Amino acid sequence: MGDVFKAISDPTRRLILDELTERGDQTLFEICTRLAMKHQVTLSRQAISQHLDQLEAAGLVMTRREGRYKFHTIDTRPLEAAVARWLSSARRRPRPKEDR
Amino acid sequence: MRITLTSVFVDDQDRALRFYTEVLGFVKKAEVPLGEHKWLTVVSAEDPDGVQLLLEPSDHPAVNPFREALVGDGIPAAQFAVDDVHAEYERLRKLDVVFTQEPMTMGPVTTAVLDDTCGNLIQLTQLTWGA
Repeated sequence: MGDVFKAISDPTRRLILDELTERGDQTLFEICTRLAMKHQVTLSRQAISQHLDQLEAAGLVMTRREGRYKFHTIDTRPLEAAVARWLSSARRRPRPKEDR
Repeated sequence: MRITLTSVFVDDQDRALRFYTEVLGFVKKAEVPLGEHKWLTVVSAEDPDGVQLLLEPSDHPAVNPFREALVGDGIPAAQFAVDDVHAEYERLRKLDVVFTQEPMTMGPVTTAVLDDTCGNLIQLTQLTWGA
């Protein structure tokens, strides 16, 4: 599995995740349209497809084929797993006091 | 120079004519027999002298791999303008038309993408300037 942090280090890939939270099962074409129309991202479909490959390698995007179409859906589980070690230890400790 | 005709490749011309007329609502403009196939075009009922859409047979061996790759990525072969994408979506869904993209509004444009049952995806577009 690819590195979750590397996957979300790129602003375009974060925009793709933003758009996939609006609804699941999006084609590459829909994702490209959303990025171009809503975010003025002027990358080629090829470039966006490569960003999707990296998100998929990190487990953050799942793809499924339905008949002739390929759909993309966000999966946040790797994100939760990646930060769980800090969140669980933070919960056991009192919050740091603010400086006076 | 003017654009008067464009084309989509269709698996079966008779089935395509039924879908493009009975389901989408276009009207037949030309039908000229050419051996096992025909020169077959449709036009918009709202613009009978407008751009013709040629329903071209898809049996050239290059067509299917090309088209499957486009359809897999959800890329439409053609785009048609409608007054109300949401209304068309509801109407066509009742006729069992499959959409790969439900209506989506982005600024002044609303689009949806449907399967024409003859091998292609079609984008419906509505411009809502000033809305």
